[in-house]
Amino acid sequence: MAKHETPMLDQLESGPWPSFVSDMKQEAEARAKNVNNVEYQIPVDVVDDLLGVLELSYKHGRTHWKHGGIVGVFGYGGGVIGRYCDQPQEFPGVAHFHTVRVAQPAGKYYTTEYLRQIMDVWDLRGSGLTNMHGSTGDIVLLGTRTEQLEEIFFDLTHKYNTDLGGSGSNLRTPADCIGTSRCEYSCYDTNALCHFLTNEFQDELHRPAFPYKFKFKFDGCPNCCVASLARSDMAFIGTWKDDIRIDQEAVQAYIGGEIPPNGGAHAGRDWGKFDIQKEVIDLCPTGCMWMDGNELKINNKECTRCMHCINTMPRALRIGEDTGCSILVGAKAPILDGQQMGSLLVPFVEVNPDNDYEALINYIDKIWDWWMMEGKNRERLGETIRRLSFQKLLEACDMEADVRHVLHPRENPYIFWKEEEVPGGWERDIKEFRKFHQR
Amino acid sequence: MAFVSSGYNPDKPMENRITDIGPRHFEEFYPPVIKANKGKWLYHEILEPGVLVHVSETGDEVYTVRVGGARLMSITHIREMCDIADKHCGGYLRFTTRNNVEFMVDSKDKVEALKQDLSSRKFPGGSYKFPIGGTGAGVTNIVHTQGWVHCHTPATDASGPVKATMDALFKDFQDMRLPAQLRISLACCLNMCGAVHCSDIAILGFHRKPPMIDHEYVSKNCEIPLAVAACPTSAIKPSKHVLADGTEVKSVSVNNDRCMYCGNCYTMCPSMPLADTDGDGIVIMVGGKVSNRIHAPKFSKVVVSYIKNEPPRWKTTTDTISKIVEAYANDARKYERIGDWAERIGWERFFEKCELDFTHHLIDDFRDHAYYTWRQTTQFKF
Repeated sequence: MAKHETPMLDQLESGPWPSFVSDMKQEAEARAKNVNNVEYQIPVDVVDDLLGVLELSYKHGRTHWKHGGIVGVFGYGGGVIGRYCDQPQEFPGVAHFHTVRVAQPAGKYYTTEYLRQIMDVWDLRGSGLTNMHGSTGDIVLLGTRTEQLEEIFFDLTHKYNTDLGGSGSNLRTPADCIGTSRCEYSCYDTNALCHFLTNEFQDELHRPAFPYKFKFKFDGCPNCCVASLARSDMAFIGTWKDDIRIDQEAVQAYIGGEIPPNGGAHAGRDWGKFDIQKEVIDLCPTGCMWMDGNELKINNKECTRCMHCINTMPRALRIGEDTGCSILVGAKAPILDGQQMGSLLVPFVEVNPDNDYEALINYIDKIWDWWMMEGKNRERLGETIRRLSFQKLLEACDMEADVRHVLHPRENPYIFWKEEEVPGGWERDIKEFRKFHQR
Repeated sequence: MAFVSSGYNPDKPMENRITDIGPRHFEEFYPPVIKANKGKWLYHEILEPGVLVHVSETGDEVYTVRVGGARLMSITHIREMCDIADKHCGGYLRFTTRNNVEFMVDSKDKVEALKQDLSSRKFPGGSYKFPIGGTGAGVTNIVHTQGWVHCHTPATDASGPVKATMDALFKDFQDMRLPAQLRISLACCLNMCGAVHCSDIAILGFHRKPPMIDHEYVSKNCEIPLAVAACPTSAIKPSKHVLADGTEVKSVSVNNDRCMYCGNCYTMCPSMPLADTDGDGIVIMVGGKVSNRIHAPKFSKVVVSYIKNEPPRWKTTTDTISKIVEAYANDARKYERIGDWAERIGWERFFEKCELDFTHHLIDDFRDHAYYTWRQTTQFKF
């Protein structure tokens, strides 16, 4: 028998999509039965009370969670999100309902052995509910009490060699796409870079010293499956400098209909026979492709690496071999000054594990030095750049301006010249001027 | 319940303390076929919705079965996934950025049994535990935020509207009939932890009333200068307030006409709550994308200014989304994302074809961005 009536939530048990309500009820029941005799460290009926308070929110159309409050583990300034219920008398099981962010492995691959270990910790010390994964990428363990936080941290670090993720004004847990581990488009090993930088910057991740949050995301190619370009202060997006590799026989196989276009992604509808002219060549944004008899030709110098032809004919076309990444900076959601996507700062840089990614770390250090000096409280990097100008960012990074930095040159002539750029500087002699120009 | 110690000694917190070790190394978790073929993959193909094969230059193949999942998952559910992965996949599995789960096997003859096992499992209410799909030119899983399950500033729930929307679009999760992939995201307030601003369709929780002020508690709970500084439109100033009993307290006042309901003040000051049953609801945005394919990445645009919260099934929201998806499916060209389609036919046609009303709320009036969204040409469609 359920502890609270949940007539509205019950309506979310029907329909084909996995029902989070059914899943919560199954967890509530598992805790009540406790067949493994777990010595639950937080109330057994925590999930029942979560269902109850959620039903109340459905009734009121308003949340019933209070502000966080400062909770965490000793020495860290992030990784735990404090949460308290505003109806603790009615729902004591969720009176404290803090979230623990746990660092996820790069690529989000798991062995079942490891997943079960994490689940065992959460069975004993938490609500038994998770998010796999949170928006930023962490394993999110949803709901525990303050006195369990150090215990959870001790278990994770001592038994399972696993650390907490980031929260607050610090480096947030970096996240990556699947990369070369299972994708032929990936221009660098995103898993390796994500893991390396996460470890390199553990201090920045755990101890808030920034003006506001800062995110790294790693996309292996311009398809941007992990949305780095929209969601990270520094986006590392794989790209290449040389030629797209062409297998002319496979091109003919696509034309002949032997291989489905776009890896079979359009198989749900009859779009007619594949037409390379209409579907690839005419859609190329730079018009740099053509058929020369039976040969597909690409003027690679004009290619902007949009991925369309490669996505459409993955067995015929492959990314180049001189690979690295572009760095785009300043993406963020709309709060406060409006939404921003990343702006191109570094067109191409090598991604070299052999020298510990020296070239990338050089850019990161310079950007952080500048932002920590100039950024205001709760100002994301993108907003600092807009307030102070892209030019200032270039100076901070010791970079020259490049036409690739802009979509087009400025549309107003209000150029802020530097004094040293104008011969003679700003100091002039008015008396000398007046000799030739009467008042 | 008896307290079970992890070994942590509260009297000596630094004793044996381990810190800054980061995540576990990813190579521990690669299935053998992934480890052996990393960086050697030649091409992939979607064999049917939800089933992919990747072929390596070594001749090895990996077959992936992708299933959808509610992002809110219990440990019972995750242990069930582990059982399936132990049975079919040698004890390995992975999650995608969009909360899907991928089960991988190293030969084709293992796929059918895995698929059958996954699709046969249902919750007592009838929903699939592991629906196969989410590939190619279809709808994949919705990325979303916490909503009423765990957040203090949401203007709508997250898990509920996502469940309702995926139920409505379930056929397109298991099909690939659309002109291109369709990515839906939900953020339960405009802080956008979910960063939905570049999605084909974004479901966004939105408050429409300025904060209430709990004058008696403002100076007890908050740093007034921080609350004042938090406001992006400078609508908040320090003020004095006389309580019913005649006591004068330090507080703040809000210029309601300037308020954009962002809740940033509430984040700084818990004595300024703004949640409201009638004020809160959903904004629908469309046409964003993050891929650089053909056209540059785009921001999503607001096409419905407000839909009231209708728990538990948010019918008006899901009906509106279904209408947009159908209009797009019927009218767009192959490879066109929703935003590409809207730009080609023109937004005047988009509103017509999607049967949506255009109102003054949809004309941008926020700072510099606004002017660049007005029409500086005589080219338009009647």
